[in-house]
Amino acid sequence: MPTMTLAKAINAGLRDALAADEMVMLMGEDIGSLGGVYRVTEGLKAEFGEDRVVDSPLAESGIVGTSIGLSLRGYRPVGEIQFDGFVFPGFNQITTQLAKLHARSRGQLTVPVTIRIPYGGGIGSVEHHSESPEALFAHTAGLRILTPSNPHDGYWMTRQAIECEDPVILFEPKRRYWLKGEVDLEDPGTSADPFRAHIVREGSDATVVAYGPLVPVALAAAEAAAEDGRSVEVVDLRSLSPIDFETVTASVRKTGRLVVAHEAPTFGGLGGEIAARVSERAFLSLEAPVIRVGGFHMPYPVSKVEGQYLPDIDRILEALDRAFAY
Amino acid sequence: MAGELPTTEFDDIPEELLDELEALAHERTEGHVNMVQLLDEDGRFLNRSHFAERAASLSVDELRALYRDMAMIRRFDAEATALQRQGQLSLWVPVRGQEAAQIGSGRATLPQDYIFPTYREHGVALTRGVELGELLRQFRGVSNGGWDPKENNFHLYTLVLAAQVPHAVGYAMGLQRDASRAAAAGRELPEPAATIAYFGDGASSEGDVHESMVFAASFKAPVVFFCQNNQWAISVPTQVQSRIPLHNRAKGYGFPGLRVDGNDVLAVRAVTEWALERARSGKGPVLIEAYTYRQGAHTTADDPTKYRLTAEEESWLAKDPITRFEKFLRAEGHADEAFFAEVAAEAEALAAKSRRDVLAFEAPSLAAEMQNVYAERHPLVEEELAWHLEYEAGFADADAGADANADTDAAEGGR
Ligand SMILES: Cc1ncc(C[n+]2csc(CCOP(=O)(O)OP(=O)(O)O)c2C)c(N)n1
Repeated sequence: MPTMTLAKAINAGLRDALAADEMVMLMGEDIGSLGGVYRVTEGLKAEFGEDRVVDSPLAESGIVGTSIGLSLRGYRPVGEIQFDGFVFPGFNQITTQLAKLHARSRGQLTVPVTIRIPYGGGIGSVEHHSESPEALFAHTAGLRILTPSNPHDGYWMTRQAIECEDPVILFEPKRRYWLKGEVDLEDPGTSADPFRAHIVREGSDATVVAYGPLVPVALAAAEAAAEDGRSVEVVDLRSLSPIDFETVTASVRKTGRLVVAHEAPTFGGLGGEIAARVSERAFLSLEAPVIRVGGFHMPYPVSKVEGQYLPDIDRILEALDRAFAY
Repeated sequence: MAGELPTTEFDDIPEELLDELEALAHERTEGHVNMVQLLDEDGRFLNRSHFAERAASLSVDELRALYRDMAMIRRFDAEATALQRQGQLSLWVPVRGQEAAQIGSGRATLPQDYIFPTYREHGVALTRGVELGELLRQFRGVSNGGWDPKENNFHLYTLVLAAQVPHAVGYAMGLQRDASRAAAAGRELPEPAATIAYFGDGASSEGDVHESMVFAASFKAPVVFFCQNNQWAISVPTQVQSRIPLHNRAKGYGFPGLRVDGNDVLAVRAVTEWALERARSGKGPVLIEAYTYRQGAHTTADDPTKYRLTAEEESWLAKDPITRFEKFLRAEGHADEAFFAEVAAEAEALAAKSRRDVLAFEAPSLAAEMQNVYAERHPLVEEELAWHLEYEAGFADADAGADANADTDAAEGGR
């Protein structure tokens, strides 16, 4: 089994998808000769040509909107948005058109468009390069949202997103692009269903739900908690829309405590949605209220203080302490 | 009655605008129709343009100041690039090669004009009197601004491409309204003013630019659209953004557009001055395409060897704006060795000061940042701020406790 970085795994996923189906095409800013600002599309233009790997004009509404049109013609476009904070010129097309065409046409039309968005902070970058806007998309019905936390999922989610008949947003945790791991290119294994959450560490005293960039942080927190004699289960959500509430609820039934961690601000975020659903489904199993760890109600801060803003091991441990205090 | 209804037919394009467009169309340089150039590559003054008179009327001091500005910004830019390489800045956006486009246009503005830059307008900032060190705060990661936009009428940098362009139009509409309200109330009219929106050839593809031009034309807003066509949007050449010279787009919106040699500081200054005067006098917007070249990387995170040819880079080095202007000043006897030495020394001092400034910047506290989210009280922010302060204080206590009981298990100090 090859070992590769998340960026390379997504690159392999795109390459194999392009090779498998001539209707697949990529479009985005700087994705051709440059191979994307994170080199995720490196080498693909040389291999498949500029008609399949298209350097687009600098226009996000154009990238999403023309992808919709291409998909109506049978193509399977994969649009790249260069950074999280730059998706908004294309937000109108994503939320009012891409998400709704299937419903508006009462099932007559499908728009199998994939939108790839590198997201999240922790890389010391400037404004608009570190945001976590997933809740804004998850709130919109008609979109599916995936986020890999490791290279194996990176490869398979890319393939699965492109094969999906619905529009899929693939949020790629950019600070994990260089994270290495084994990728089974033949067999997705437990990743066969992209919309199922994974229990990435078993435990019995509390559950931490995380996704994308925070999965390694949650695992490290669970490790630290184990030194204090606490057995913490970690769930990697993987799919943010739909959310696999079966797996989350079953875990909470077992452990009785839930902490949800994400980089995005907690107010109006996915943590609130998870807390509410779990309370509805497993209220009597809960030993403590569901506790959220996330960003504050403020724009993503300047990089010199992002360390205080981003949920880290200590923030998750503090939340666990609060859960255990009940 | 019918006569009072607005017509659904287009009026003919006003005679005046046609004349203007016609006159501009006669500017011709190096096979570019409609490109204004006053200095050739060897720094010889070309007296063939409509705009030559404006340049010819500059005093020797004004000419020298243009050179000084360009040399200062080039040195500052090199220092910032070095600071990034040494890990003192997280990113830098070099301006090398675009000094004439920026100094020429910036020096054409008046104090009451308001400037909307992107993220590369370090030269324009200099002409507006912004302390250059302040530009580095954003790239040091201690601020998303760094200067008071109202102090020099120089807006904060905008990183989302083209987002500032409609702001420039709106601000210009505000200037227009100020004047008409003053007239209606019989008050003294404010000084005529205009805005400039800076954006790149790549950003010209964004919908915001199109919508801005529609608004500006419809309302005859006093705005100058200043597009620096530096040939590349990161790795993508201008040809992917536009199949015609960009300035030609203006005609479709109903206002004049022209190309200026962006490496010719005299031409840029003259053309921008003309466009601003035209805007301030109520004649509406102008699109200027400054035809120039980004000599270095897009940002310090970029590697241009991946997408462009050395031959192209070299051909543009021959058109370098500073060398060209230096040749002109020397040939005309406007400046001697002593002048150039003096400017070089001044530029060194600026670089040293900028380095000192960067190292002295203090990071803000997250708490202070939280307090600036809203102008008025906000209960959620207050709640989260209180939680954050208490949480951080817990660490301070734990640290103090650990220090006091150095030989007990620090982990017991909790968090
Ligand atoms: C809306 C948006 N999309 C993408 C980006 C990423 N990005 C930053 S600069 C740039 C290229 C801009 O090229 P151009 O407009 O020609 O200006 P230049 O940088 O060459 O001055 C890109 C794609 C962005 N900042 N904003």
